[in-house]
Amino acid sequence: MLQTNLKHIETVDDFDKLVKSGQKIAVVCGRMGPMCIPVYGVMESLESKYTDINFRDMLFDSDVAMKTIRSLPETKNFSGLPFTVYFKDGKVVAATSSIQNKQQVKDIIESKLV
Amino acid sequence: MENLYDVIVLGGGPAGLTAGIYLSRSKMKTLIVDTGSTGGQMNLTDKVVNYPGVLEGSGAEIAFTMRRQAQNFGCRIIVQAEISELDIGGKIKKIKIEDEGEFSARAVIIATGGIPRTLGLPSESKFKGKGISFCATCDGDFFTGKNIAVIGGGNSAIEEAVSLTKYAKQVTVIHEFDHFQAHAWAVSEAEKNPKINFLMEQTVTEFLGEDNLEAVVSVHKKTGKETRTEVSGVFLFIGYVPNTSMFKNIVKMNEREEIITDELMKTDVEGVFAAGDVRQKRYRQITTSVADGTIAAISATEYLSQQ
Repeated sequence: MLQTNLKHIETVDDFDKLVKSGQKIAVVCGRMGPMCIPVYGVMESLESKYTDINFRDMLFDSDVAMKTIRSLPETKNFSGLPFTVYFKDGKVVAATSSIQNKQQVKDIIESKLV
Repeated sequence: MENLYDVIVLGGGPAGLTAGIYLSRSKMKTLIVDTGSTGGQMNLTDKVVNYPGVLEGSGAEIAFTMRRQAQNFGCRIIVQAEISELDIGGKIKKIKIEDEGEFSARAVIIATGGIPRTLGLPSESKFKGKGISFCATCDGDFFTGKNIAVIGGGNSAIEEAVSLTKYAKQVTVIHEFDHFQAHAWAVSEAEKNPKINFLMEQTVTEFLGEDNLEAVVSVHKKTGKETRTEVSGVFLFIGYVPNTSMFKNIVKMNEREEIITDELMKTDVEGVFAAGDVRQKRYRQITTSVADGTIAAISATEYLSQQ
């Protein structure tokens, strides 16, 4: 379990329902490590600014991560935690590997989700 | 008046959090502002075993406890802050934070720490998260059974090189000098490890690969001989640069852009103090940052009592 204030995606069904709904989603898939914790913090800080985006996290070492985020073609070459994937209209619109700062996340949101 | 503080501490690493603890306990109305999460570089240390009073703990755990201590004494902490305006040259120090508002204080402690040094190669950003990493404990297991390189020769580089042999088939340490800055015991441990080999006096010139990192190219500083090391991953531990860009032309710095203070952590600007890795000093440890934060807090309290 991730100790964050974000809503967690814990089942494949939850993930599928959210993605298929076509809503704007940002999922941070990681562990409670030094590269991941800042990204959860960034997402938490942006929740009130971008109320139409569903900010979620997902434990990297989980069955749901293996079957969803970690098996996406967009994350195939990733080797740095966390994997952050952005969805819109049921499709992946951006994906990043490793730590990102607030400005980098905002740039992606502004260009791909808003 | 809600946003008027006695002291604003810029930075929430060990120096800033310690200052927050001491100031708040002294009943100083204190605000800590961090542009990221609290903990600073301390968060990157997987295992801390030389912090007095803590037998063993992760840097993140110690940071979390420090943060709770500061908050328990009434310190307010704003994280992920986007500082849009900074005016600390006058008697009243002012800071504007996006979505939070304007804050002012009679004293400021700069404790913004350091940011990881990079090589500055264009190919470095291309492979970030696709072979290039800054955290062995986070990403080591992506390279299980593969060849990797560690760039650097300080304690972090040498200790992490040893740690990475848990996963990697072979670890090549690539260093710019003919000797290491790491402690002798750490170097000795690395030298005894059969999975580690060394490339000394190298300048890294390029990272190569298609989608993922495949090789690192370096050149011997004296002979000019080029070496191509086939690796799937590179871990960069080449030190830190002071996070002082926002204080340029405000406080006095040395040629490395570290803030110059006296032994009471006072800068050349009245009411502005600096603590931790951001200032000019020789040794950079969690303990030395904590000491700096303590001194800066007491100095700031004394300064305010004399106003």
